[in-house]
Parts: sequence; C-alpha cells; structure tokens
Amino acid sequence: MAVEDLIIIGAGPAGLTAGLYAARARLKTIVLEKFSPGGQILNTDWVENYPGFPEGISGFELIDRMKRQAERFDLRIINQEATGIVIDKRKIIVTTDKDSLEAMTVILACGATPQKLLIEGETLLTGKGVSYCATCDGPFFRDQTVAVIGGGDTAVEEALFLTRFASKVYLVHRRDRLRATKVLQERAFAQNKIVPLWDTVATRIAGKNSVEGLDIKNVKTNEEKTLPVQGVFVFIGNNSNNELAKGILKLDGKGFIITDNNMETSCPGIFAAGDIRSKLLRQVSTSVGEGATAAFAAEKYLESLI
Amino acid sequence: MADLLQITDSNFDEEIINSDIPSMVDFWAEWCGPCKMLGPAVKELAEEYKGKIKIVQMDVDKNRQIPAKFGIRSIPTLIFFKGGEVTDTIVGAYPKSHIDEVLKKLL
Repeated sequence: MAVEDLIIIGAGPAGLTAGLYAARARLKTIVLEKFSPGGQILNTDWVENYPGFPEGISGFELIDRMKRQAERFDLRIINQEATGIVIDKRKIIVTTDKDSLEAMTVILACGATPQKLLIEGETLLTGKGVSYCATCDGPFFRDQTVAVIGGGDTAVEEALFLTRFASKVYLVHRRDRLRATKVLQERAFAQNKIVPLWDTVATRIAGKNSVEGLDIKNVKTNEEKTLPVQGVFVFIGNNSNNELAKGILKLDGKGFIITDNNMETSCPGIFAAGDIRSKLLRQVSTSVGEGATAAFAAEKYLESLI
Repeated sequence: MADLLQITDSNFDEEIINSDIPSMVDFWAEWCGPCKMLGPAVKELAEEYKGKIKIVQMDVDKNRQIPAKFGIRSIPTLIFFKGGEVTDTIVGAYPKSHIDEVLKKLL
C-alpha cells in the first residue's frame, strides 16, 4: 500500500487551506471528508469578516472557491469518513468507512458541532421547531415567533437573519450584555423585531409534535415564564469533533485538541487546525491560518525524518 | 451520476405512498448548505439501491403541502417509507454509513 505524506481529515476552511499548501509543496496528500467539503461555514448565510470580500460572500461560495483553488494544484479530496487513527511506529494508520490508509503525518481538521442546551424537550423536538441552523430552517418560520438562545456572534447574526422571516425574535441570553462583536450588537438593537431577554436561561421546550413554547427563568429574580414561540434556535457554542483524538492526543478541559504554536499535537506527526483546536477565536480567518501553518509544519516534520 | 428524481406535492402519493418498493425522501432546498453537503451521499445511495429502494428528493421551497403534512421544520430531513408508512426519520446531515444502516432495515 502506498504511504501518503499527509492525510488531512476534514474539508472545511482549515482542511482545504492545509490541502492547498500541501499540494503546492507537492506533498503526497489526501483529504478525507465524510460529506462534501464545507463544514460549519455552510450553516452561515453571509460571511462578512473574511478579508478580501468587501461586500461579504456566501459561506457556500467561499468554500467552493477554496475547494477549486486547492484542486487546481491537484489536491485529492476523497468522500470517506475517517473512523480511527492508530500509530504504528513512525507511520500513522487512518481507517475509514471503506478503507485503511497510511501516512507519515496527519492533520486533524474535523471542526466542531453546535453545543446542545441539554434541557427537556430539546431532543424530542429537534427538527420539529428546535434548530441549530437558521439558514437551513429560518424559512419554515415565516410570520411566527421564535427564540434564539445565546449571546455570541453566531447567536446575534442568526437572530438578525431570522428577522427576514419571523415576526418576532426573542434573544435569550444568560448574562446582562452580549458577547457578540459591537457592529452586530448595533444592528440587533436597531432591529425592532429582536427582543432581548437578559439574565435569562431556557429551562424546558414545550410541545409534543412541534414546539409550542419555551420555559425561561430569570437568573437574578428567579422569575419563571413561558414564551409563546414556535421555534427555538440554539447557538451557545461548539463541541470539538474529537472522536478520533480521544485517548491519543492531549485535550483541554472542554475536549478541544491542545497544540503548540506550530499546530503540532501531543503526538509527533499529528497536527490539528481549525475549530477542533483549543483556542480563543473560532473563525474562517483563524482556521485558514492554522491550516497553512499545520501543512508547513507537517512538511518540516517530514524533512526531519529523512 | 444522474440527478435524483425530484418529486412534488402532486405526485407524492403516486411515487411514494403507492410505491411497490420502499423509499427514502430527502427534503432539501437550494438555500440549505448542509443539504448540499449531504447531496453526493444521497446520490450514491440512490445508485447503490437502484431497483430495491426508491431514493428521491423534494424541494421544500417549491412544495409546501407534503413537508407541512410531515411536520418538517428542519432540513435536511430524510424520511423512510415502507408500504406507505413512515418507518424512520433522520433530521440533519449524517454520514453516508449512518443512512445506509437505516436503508438496510427497509429491505
């Protein structure tokens, strides 16, 4: 079996950028992606903070451009799901749903998955009014009332997006101020369809076959009430897609992969880039830089083996 | 690979409920990124199960009645049918292997 120089797992912004750099360095590289390329950016309607696109660009268009750019340098993107990693002396074996592959280096760019609220009714009503993707599901809530949970960039962006369809958007946040970028906050406060509810947590989602209401509680006054909403959109952060790393790599307290400045993990030859990493800011702009660094570091590592 | 058959509100009963073989409907829309991510896997499965399970798509933007009837408020949603009855539902983008497991149960 041919041994690859590099296997990249995940074809979001981090994985595709790593692939671009590796392909241009003429490393024998494959990218494994269980879906078609994209990752979480495809949940975003419009990307406004990735430099070089003054009017912004759709998440889909941005990924399509990244993919085409990498493929121009003959990057191989394979539609398989990585299922395991085994370290075999100096080589790394990556098993997939179809195959078993070998490489000298691996970059984990598997991304992250939205964090759930973990409250009553959430699992039962997922797809029946509970959603983690406003761009996918917003149009189902025309002229209805919805709640958005969270206070970061994603929550506020998605609340703004939902005002295109919903008649009213409650923004339920557990603190007394938002964490989102100021420009997004300004837009949200200028939009009269958005009603912020401060110091408030969601405690239960009511409904049997569809969402009928959201029970909330004010954490300062302990006052409880039910919001009459038909949709609940949850944007309270992300969990690392660390299944392949568990038991092999050092993770932080929240499960994200710890790397050094060169994106190298606790295991030599294995690198991590993008949302899967332990870091301060999860953005396309940070992921692409990490992808480039990881590919370059992998190249240096390969040279050190000779 | 051939494009998937797109079914509509008007031919849903004929294509799915009255179908001689089991079926899977992928409810999607042009605006939905995760639906597009799932697209290639659904197409591959349609080829693999050709003649055994009918795998089709419905655009929820162009068809409102059937998605409403099944209470769809999130896409992608995959609904599996056998003998005119719903046997399983998958909400959200899952890997091909996961969908394959559910399809096997229909045979």
